[in-house]
Amino acid sequence: MPGKTWMCFPLRPFLLSIALPIAQPGIAGPSQPSLSIPTSPALPATASEDDGQWLMPARDYANSRYSSLAEINTSNVKNLRLSFTFSTGVTRGHEAAPLVTGDTLYLVTPYPNILYALDLARPGAPLKWKYEPKPLAASQGLACCDVVNRGASYAYGKIFFNTLDGQTIAVDAKTGKELWKTRLGNLNLGESVTMAPLVVKNKVLVGNSGGEFGVRGWLTALDANTGRIAWRAYSTGPDQDVLIGPEFKPFYPQERGTDLGVSSWPADAWKIGGGTVWGFVSYDPQLDLIYYGTANPGPWNPELRPGDNKWTAGVFARDPDTGQARWFYQWNPHDLYDYDGINENILLDLPIHGQPRKVLVHPERNGYVYVLDRGTGEVLSAEAFVHVTTTSGVDLKTGRTHEVAEKQPRTGSVVREICPAAPGGKDWQPSAWSPRTGWLYIPHQNICMDEEGLEANYIAGTPYVGANVRMYAGPGGHRGEFTAWDPVQAKPVWKIKENFPVWSGALATAGDLVFYGTMEGWFKAVSARTGELLWQFKCGSGIIGQPISYRGPDGKQYVAVLSGVGGWSGAIVAGQLDPRDGTGALGFVNAMKDLPEHTAKGGMLYVFALP
Amino acid sequence: MKILRGVWIAMLGAAALTGCEREERNFVEPPPTSSAVESLRLSDLRPGPSSPPPAAENSAYQENAYAISEGQRLFSWYNCAGCHFHGGGGIGPPLMDDLWIYGSEPQNIHATIIQGRPNGMPAFGGRIPDYQVWQLAAYVRSLSGLTPKDAVPARSDHMSNESPPTTMEKPSPKMTGSPP
Repeated sequence: MPGKTWMCFPLRPFLLSIALPIAQPGIAGPSQPSLSIPTSPALPATASEDDGQWLMPARDYANSRYSSLAEINTSNVKNLRLSFTFSTGVTRGHEAAPLVTGDTLYLVTPYPNILYALDLARPGAPLKWKYEPKPLAASQGLACCDVVNRGASYAYGKIFFNTLDGQTIAVDAKTGKELWKTRLGNLNLGESVTMAPLVVKNKVLVGNSGGEFGVRGWLTALDANTGRIAWRAYSTGPDQDVLIGPEFKPFYPQERGTDLGVSSWPADAWKIGGGTVWGFVSYDPQLDLIYYGTANPGPWNPELRPGDNKWTAGVFARDPDTGQARWFYQWNPHDLYDYDGINENILLDLPIHGQPRKVLVHPERNGYVYVLDRGTGEVLSAEAFVHVTTTSGVDLKTGRTHEVAEKQPRTGSVVREICPAAPGGKDWQPSAWSPRTGWLYIPHQNICMDEEGLEANYIAGTPYVGANVRMYAGPGGHRGEFTAWDPVQAKPVWKIKENFPVWSGALATAGDLVFYGTMEGWFKAVSARTGELLWQFKCGSGIIGQPISYRGPDGKQYVAVLSGVGGWSGAIVAGQLDPRDGTGALGFVNAMKDLPEHTAKGGMLYVFALP
Repeated sequence: MKILRGVWIAMLGAAALTGCEREERNFVEPPPTSSAVESLRLSDLRPGPSSPPPAAENSAYQENAYAISEGQRLFSWYNCAGCHFHGGGGIGPPLMDDLWIYGSEPQNIHATIIQGRPNGMPAFGGRIPDYQVWQLAAYVRSLSGLTPKDAVPARSDHMSNESPPTTMEKPSPKMTGSPP
């Protein structure tokens, strides 16, 4: 089984004939996707549809990860070959997306968060400059799941990125000169920052990490020119701190009331209740709303925090100018299993039940792909994309999951076969969407767990979890899957099974290709329509990065990805953990004991092109 | 003239007073033999003639079943297990393997807990009573089989201890933190 790839859904011909016409309304031709990609010239962080740049990790505000470049296609991809490489000098998990603007490629490494600029105009793309922020070494002790960084963002001639020790830094994109830096996180409260910032309307949006350290989650907006804090919205606490005011109109009654961020917790527990913001932020310029998920409540042991634990494990829509909340929907009220709500929200215009709707598509940790009306927060559909034992579906009337009582973790006893496990049906690894197929390409895992609830002591700056966990492969024995999902029909189209969790991001291109990497180190191109493997290349270390595609100064299409195993799933290799303790790395070690036999540490950029 | 002489006398007096404050110099430094310095050796490399390794301190804790079992309880209580889990590591390095970055002797582990370590280990000095630090050190050593088997606690009922440390197969320990 290891390394093998095959299809398990024989439904392809059926869906191709039926789903395609429905999934592609409004598409006049293959070059005019129905994505709500921002096009307003007033938004400098936005690339026009085909300029071949890649200015933010998700490529566009809609979080599509779709490149309209089509030089590399299904028939010539077999000739794809290595163009150049670059060693990052860092050997922890490389989760970032490179950026490309003009003739420069930028990449930010895991801790110590070195920012490199490579000159694409010269042979071999030599180093232009590097910027070393020298984050505090102690911050490595606050990274729950390896010392990763998910990338930088380009806007207004500046590169914005975050450091593990909680700084946001703006660097001149041409010279590498530091323009400003602002410390947002407090190490001694357990705060760190791993996410990629998003730049919207002259504001840099940054959220914190540390949901396993009793951190109080927030999203902060910084002035892109000065680094000064414009607003901060907490994920727990009184309405005033959460920036909930008269504009807040959530769809479901359970999200309405005063100071729910206090009253849905035991006394004072909201102060150390989690709800961190470490995923990707989306933005709809027409509705002028940003969207982002909030992470798990803390501690993991749910018996220690009775209540719905607002506003954790949900999604906020906010006004980017003021930060004021417009609506909120909680994927997992009183989350039981560390189902962070931070997975990406892809903003699409889709026909739902025959009606064109402005939707937000979200493959959630709890195992369901949600389609929400992004104007109101109403759930339009929610169907499982993995094996789920913890809930028996989502009630579309109330918006709540039907929980399975016997799977609820309890203090002092072990609950078995919790599926999906704590990393969820899918963790941070971002999906891609192709307007040509109308399908979402979801990299994810197939992992279940046993969990024992424990008492948890809060000691600031140390973990606050209260659980023993052991994870293992779900049904079928394979630990990873790559699923093409039709969000209109709300069902899978095809699925590729992988031996290890697919912890890399996905990239879709107008060449009808989809790219992703495996933890063994295979970088793969598959047909967007059939999932057929068309090309693969074995990189030096396992791949957990976000692949991108750009047009080089020579006019050719390139595909780039960072190799460098690690992250939560790869911590056993990146942190040289001992496989004899299955509870290591919050229980992920138990499912990954054989990973060190398949890959070793190493950070390297790989860039491919046709000859 | 009188005034000038007075100034001279005052200046001479001031110079005499400050001149008496001389820096003290020890021309022969005493050899660094204090056990406090020796016990915190973090390198196998030692210049000069070979000497026996310093005696392990607080062996009373190291061979004491009660101390090790208390150490096990405190290991969870103070959230050590939050980073090192049950020896396999995660946020912090594994403790059940044979790689000791900052030394495997009890006094090394004691110092690591008290002082913290630069890459993320918090400094617990002043936050935990000293005897508990020694108990923790004893338990940490037991994770990789460095304490006598008969002193190590029996398995607990927790999920983590389905295979207790003492019965686990392990490679022969190589203690990089102390000289042979």
